[in-house]
Amino acid sequence: MAIIKHKKRVKPNHSKAGDFVSITILVVMGLFMALPLVLAISNSLKPLEELYIFPPRFLVSNPTLDNFHDVFVLMSQSWVPFSRYIFNTVFITLTGTIGHLLVASLCAYALAKHRFPGRNLIFWIIVTALMFSTQVTAIPNYLIMSKIGWLDSYLALIIPAIAKPLGLFLMKQFMEQIPDSLLEAARIDGAKETTVFLRIAMPQVKPAWLTLIIFCFQDLWNLQGSNYIYSEELKTLPYALSQISAAGISRAGATAAVAVIMMIVPITIFIISQSNIIETMASSGIKE
Amino acid sequence: MNKNVSAEQSPAEQTKQEAFLPLLGRYIKLKLRLLGKEMWRCRISYLFIAPFCILFTLFYLVPVCTSVGLSFTYFNVLEEPRFVGWQNYINLFFADEVFLIAVKNTFLFAVITGPVGYFLALFIAWMINDIKNPKIRAVMTLIFYAPTISGQAYIVWKYIFSSDIYGLANGWLMKLGVIYEAKLWFQDTTYIMPILIIVVLWMSMGTGFLSFIAGLQNVDRSLYEAGYMDGVKNRFQELWYITLPSMKEQLMFGAVMTITSSFSIHDQLAALAGFPSVSYAAHTVVSHLIDYGTIRFEMGYASAIATLLFIVMVLCNKLIQSVLRKVGR
Repeated sequence: MAIIKHKKRVKPNHSKAGDFVSITILVVMGLFMALPLVLAISNSLKPLEELYIFPPRFLVSNPTLDNFHDVFVLMSQSWVPFSRYIFNTVFITLTGTIGHLLVASLCAYALAKHRFPGRNLIFWIIVTALMFSTQVTAIPNYLIMSKIGWLDSYLALIIPAIAKPLGLFLMKQFMEQIPDSLLEAARIDGAKETTVFLRIAMPQVKPAWLTLIIFCFQDLWNLQGSNYIYSEELKTLPYALSQISAAGISRAGATAAVAVIMMIVPITIFIISQSNIIETMASSGIKE
Repeated sequence: MNKNVSAEQSPAEQTKQEAFLPLLGRYIKLKLRLLGKEMWRCRISYLFIAPFCILFTLFYLVPVCTSVGLSFTYFNVLEEPRFVGWQNYINLFFADEVFLIAVKNTFLFAVITGPVGYFLALFIAWMINDIKNPKIRAVMTLIFYAPTISGQAYIVWKYIFSSDIYGLANGWLMKLGVIYEAKLWFQDTTYIMPILIIVVLWMSMGTGFLSFIAGLQNVDRSLYEAGYMDGVKNRFQELWYITLPSMKEQLMFGAVMTITSSFSIHDQLAALAGFPSVSYAAHTVVSHLIDYGTIRFEMGYASAIATLLFIVMVLCNKLIQSVLRKVGR
């Protein structure tokens, strides 16, 4: 009897009134989070005359794709073709993300499953690196880039992203869960360590792949990188689009369209990979 | 021990000491050889970590050290760095009024949006976790996480608080008769901070939030039943005595993510309030760093700012971690 009761209501000490209050708070907070994004979408669909009416309306009444059309027209006027900006961002995002996944996984595997001198020290450094943001290293990075001659090339944007400590940290924590017996069995069968890594370990941590991919993707997708890149034909999509927003109020509709274009991709990827990401984050804890 | 050798020691003790030194040397040699052997045995592991560690050293460790080094120099990229001692730090604190404004703003953001954002993320994750239907749970998670991942979507706040009558805030407040003329929200120093704090909070459900959601989902269910038997009366007791202690590691991770990001707020501020903002009302330490590093090219000075920022971020993280260890005790 007791078991059936618990199945019905896992947390018997939760009052109905409390449930109601918590759902109300969630809905109110949820509206606060969602409405600005809804407004961005709504604005991107508003025709010009609807953007300048008093009192302003929240939702669009005669939706049109004019703003998106405007963005493409504006972009085709620039002397670098719009497709070039798209290519740059897609190229940087893809190579950076794949590189990050490979390099971070290799290192995470060794840190999680091998015992070697210096392993704890390296991991401690990585955890400390989570504690400061990339702005701290921006200036020396610029100097290093100019020393090795990577300024004004894709490498300046791609390579630092490959060594992001967050991805390594998450991957390492997730890989700890792989049972050692599984790896040991493969080693006894005579598999090389690279084979064990590629064939046994990597397929076990697919959720973590997706997590690393989405975090790295987000960073690179939104990267303007105008400090490192001077040539117009190497500049990224967010940079090009920010130039449209910078023109100010006269392009309110186009600005909203830009925001919508930029947010669709990461949100879609998150929707697809959400359950895998949550699974990875479960092992994200920092142990004492 | 060796330093305390004195003349009064008996010959026997002296010989002991003389014998001790080469012994110590041999011991260290042996240890090093063993370590070397051990490292050679693990050479595959080092090969595995090499690519990441090389890149990490080059773009994270070396820059942090370079930053500390450059902070003691005058360096404008064109000439060689010139050593100036503590001058940059002295100037920052005693000659640079804008820096002090930036410090004040940064701490205001960190103190308000950091803890509020952190507890809000925890609180919301906790409430989302109580939703029974997994589909609704997924949708709610997406709604709260979406502002963080939607790139430059924060630009929409510029429309909401636009300074003409077509902006939502102005238009609606005038319609309702609360105000009679359009307010210049991002030009008026009384409004800049409150509005920006709202925007920052709007974007504060980040990586830590996901970590909380995941941590809550993985709390051992039987603990709740055991707690119920032991007389846990309501959801708050349950949260404090059962849930939070079992997700301590996620709490740590979330804290690190929150602190790091709340000290590095800049992009949204620059996009909304302008860069530099009106009388530096939205100027943070990161803004100051970017100003000197990428506009004025005073790299030594900017490095001093970066070094201070680094120290404060890491110290703050360590401090909060030691506080969080006490959760549920």
